[in-house]
Amino acid sequence: MIDALVTGLVGPYEFGFMRRALVGCLALSLSAPPLGVFLMLRRMSLMSEAMSHAILPGAAAGFLVAGLSLPAMTLGGLVAGLAVALLAGFVTRSTMLKEDASLAAFYLIALAGGVFLVSLRGSQVDLLHILFGSVLALDDPALWLMGGVSTVTLVALALLYRPLVMECVDPLYLRTVSRAGGPVHYAFLALVVMNLVGGFQALGTLLAVGLMLLPAITARFWASDLSGLIPVSMLVSVLASAIGLTVSYNAEIRLPTGPAIVLAAGALYILSMLVGPRGGMLQRLVRRRHLEA
Amino acid sequence: MSGGIRIRGLTLGYDRHPAIHHLDGTIAPGDLLALVGPNGAGKSTLLKGLVGEVRVLGGRIERGTSDGAIAYLPQAAEIDRDFPLSVLDLVAMGLWRRLGAWSSLYRGRATCEAALAAVGLSGFEGRPIGTLSGGQFQRALFARLIVQDASVILLDEPFTGIDARTVGDLLALIRGWHGQGRTVIAALHDLAQVRAHFSTTLLLAREPIAWGPTAAVLTPHNLERARHLSEAWDETAAICRRDHDDHGHHDHAAHGDHHDHHHPGQHRVNREAAE
Repeated sequence: MIDALVTGLVGPYEFGFMRRALVGCLALSLSAPPLGVFLMLRRMSLMSEAMSHAILPGAAAGFLVAGLSLPAMTLGGLVAGLAVALLAGFVTRSTMLKEDASLAAFYLIALAGGVFLVSLRGSQVDLLHILFGSVLALDDPALWLMGGVSTVTLVALALLYRPLVMECVDPLYLRTVSRAGGPVHYAFLALVVMNLVGGFQALGTLLAVGLMLLPAITARFWASDLSGLIPVSMLVSVLASAIGLTVSYNAEIRLPTGPAIVLAAGALYILSMLVGPRGGMLQRLVRRRHLEA
Repeated sequence: MSGGIRIRGLTLGYDRHPAIHHLDGTIAPGDLLALVGPNGAGKSTLLKGLVGEVRVLGGRIERGTSDGAIAYLPQAAEIDRDFPLSVLDLVAMGLWRRLGAWSSLYRGRATCEAALAAVGLSGFEGRPIGTLSGGQFQRALFARLIVQDASVILLDEPFTGIDARTVGDLLALIRGWHGQGRTVIAALHDLAQVRAHFSTTLLLAREPIAWGPTAAVLTPHNLERARHLSEAWDETAAICRRDHDDHGHHDHAAHGDHHDHHHPGQHRVNREAAE
């Protein structure tokens, strides 16, 4: 019994490709969830979904030029994602459009452009590869990319933390005391794009958002302030990665790994929603007597 | 402490429609100035213009380079009160000019705690901002103003929805700032409050009606005129041809609506007879 358990848990990682997959997902698990926490707190959760679509035309352009080449597709995705983020931010700050509207406009254009480009050359299989990633085929450059993205993100978050929190809580105040608001906002969007590009190697453009948002939303049921939300979201993401990889390897039928990881994060979310101590459903069902004051 | 502001032919507005139209005057350092006028008179717009939140359509706002910072408390703060932030952290945002993005907040902790004590919120340091009542939250924002330590403090209807005791406490803070030589400009609706606590008043109705010592400004005649000036913005309004550059030279004293006080010629309101 215990032997079987150990074999099930450790066995998959005897293989290099599984260890690479785990390392890549762990790197992503440290950087994407904190960004998700800020997105959630700014009520911009769906913005990262839009951004993930915005990456597509760039990745597709890279694919058109160089085939299934990691550097070309990464560079293209980065450029396209940053362009959409900056354009949307610029339009928001210089017209009367709100951020969600301007972003929606740009990402729809980008998504349609991306699908258009992919279908010019390449098959359904290529499109699926771009959309859903291939976590079990991470090569050295992909791992370096994910590790680099993770490192840069954590350092940048540490440097931007204070103005970023102020921009979230009271943007008007930050505007009256500093010009940092705009640059901080753009830098944050750039970090989101970087992490989505890093994640799209492993999980694809559609599911990269999953490791960013699901752990952050899950953490809301366990912690109430930023000093709790960020570490809890990282932990949830690490757990989801490990569970998703292990389960998909051990399953009788062939389970796709990327969706398995995101589904594991989804399962942790549903579990937390039920039993989480901060506003979880069970806790709300139990009526406790009110306090004196 | 310096904190003077000179306003020259200032027009502020939205989409070319003026909300403040050709305002001239000087706010002396250490002034305690009330902005009074009906809704839509341009009180908030003037305050936003002073902090650069509204585009200047014409004229200028002049401040010396050494005039220090402006602290601004907006009418409806855009603050996200669901954000998981403690009261102490909210107040510590006032330290930005001193500490910037990277210095340890520990250095300013005593300042923040003293400010919270001054507004009567000792013991609330660790409370999430979402759990404060309206009055407590306004007290916390006043604590942030204290921490900002600015030479000019702008308050946009700071007492809306606040109970009498809190208003009394906050007015005492404002008197304290005035005593320290800070310039305080507050948009207010309660005329009795203005008469009791504010030495100078600017009565606005998009156009400046009167500016000077409070008793001389808040006359029945002036208030009646303020009420009569239209709030409506006219979609088809003609382009304003009024020349503001030569404003200092011809006063329409017949209006009897401008009152020079301690600095002769400093607070002057110029109105053309016809547009």
